Amino acid sequence: MEFKLKAQVMDAAGISRTLSRLALQIVERNAGTSDLLLIGIRRRGVPLAERLADTIAQLEGQRPPTGQLDITLYRDDLSTVGPRPVINKTEIPGDVTDRAIVLVDDVLYTGRTIRAALDELVDFGRPRRVELAVLIDRGHRELPIQADYVGKHLQTSDAEIVKVMLTDYDEDEQVVIVEKE
Amino acid sequence: MTKFTRKDLLGIRELSVEEINTILDTAHSFKEVSARSIKKVPTLRGKTVINFFFEASTRTRTSFEIAGKRLSADTINISASTSSVTKGETLIDTARNLEAMAPDVIVIRHSSPGVPHQLARLIDSSVVNAGDGAHEHPSQALLDAYTIRERKGRIAGLQIAIIGDITHSRVARSNVHLLTKLGAHVRVAGPRTLLPPRFAEIVEDGEGSLTVCAKVEDAILDADVVMMLRIQHERMSAAYFPSLKEYSIRYGLTLERFALASQEAIVMHPGPVNRGVEISSDVVDNARSLILDQVTNGVAVRMAILFLLMQSRGLGEG
Repeated sequence: MEFKLKAQVMDAAGISRTLSRLALQIVERNAGTSDLLLIGIRRRGVPLAERLADTIAQLEGQRPPTGQLDITLYRDDLSTVGPRPVINKTEIPGDVTDRAIVLVDDVLYTGRTIRAALDELVDFGRPRRVELAVLIDRGHRELPIQADYVGKHLQTSDAEIVKVMLTDYDEDEQVVIVEKE
Repeated sequence: MTKFTRKDLLGIRELSVEEINTILDTAHSFKEVSARSIKKVPTLRGKTVINFFFEASTRTRTSFEIAGKRLSADTINISASTSSVTKGETLIDTARNLEAMAPDVIVIRHSSPGVPHQLARLIDSSVVNAGDGAHEHPSQALLDAYTIRERKGRIAGLQIAIIGDITHSRVARSNVHLLTKLGAHVRVAGPRTLLPPRFAEIVEDGEGSLTVCAKVEDAILDADVVMMLRIQHERMSAAYFPSLKEYSIRYGLTLERFALASQEAIVMHPGPVNRGVEISSDVVDNARSLILDQVTNGVAVRMAILFLLMQSRGLGEG
């Protein structure tokens, strides 16, 4: 599939600055790092959660634990997704009960991924609070879900695709808006 | 990208290496679900799995049942003694009646080879072969391969001994197909009366090899994996060896025989174990015996099988 580049939204430095701000907001609202647990949603939420934890460690001197969720088994569209993703493991350190959890994902769009992540998370226990941090909120929600920490709000059309590229998985590090050719 | 588009899982022989690896990789993800405090994911909610067993089974039936339940499918067990088969209904009529209740998967075990294949041709539900006579038992071979891969990190290049009643063993057949496809060197041994003629010819493709050994010791020597088979009295219509005692002395896996294998060799057995017959108690309880790991992994592998079959049907349909 060919994509036409429409605009660059963030470069590598921009992503780094945005994550620093999000990290600061997270520790501000949680008054520190005790009970804090960052959980990245596969795939690109995982490196973002790790980077947020690294930044929080620099700010607070203590690194919050991190985990990862693979929501494939909780999806509501398994029959319609095209090429089938390999299911990865969900790894959550320790017990989630009474923890303050921040779910981390790259792009918030319809909200269905977050719905699935919440369903999966509560199967592990009863967190005291769950918040959501995303690098990009591009609108077009199909469920009543909002993020607590947003890197950048984007006005997009349904035809557009927001691509978050991270060096962990991609050749480049940037956020771009593309459209199918 | 997973590559599994089959309607049924009937045997290992027709599977590609890629399909086998897809099942094993998917099982790896499912193993974590069984370690959760809530051992359930909603993936197959509203789907129905019928376990239709014409032969005795505890392990396999329970394993498929737990696998289905951990994926939130509704599982129903029917065994031959409680089914209308005992009232004279033919298999085909029973199958059509089951199908009329719209199950999504039928897991079947039968003493005659080919029954699952016939069923699969007749009905729209996915069919999983849970053992057909002495032919195939694909989910057992897959969980064996998973267990070997988990402990040894690979299958290709390993020396794997399969010892015992080869003639009556569907586990041996499925394992020989699977392990040689994945590049293992398999050696089988057992009483001459329980080794089918020209057995080495069942391997058609793959990187691995199959050798039929004259002596048990030859098969075990320097092996990385020693897989013991149960003596299947129920399938034996004649006397294949003088006595169980003699079988145990000549072919049983004792600590002395096991010492011939490589230092890190592991012992496997599909169960149920006849302690003191094909395998001695001290080997069963040895630290290098993975017999219970096989059972644990069986649930994850069967979850993967049910999931992949349902996914290739399209979970949203019907």
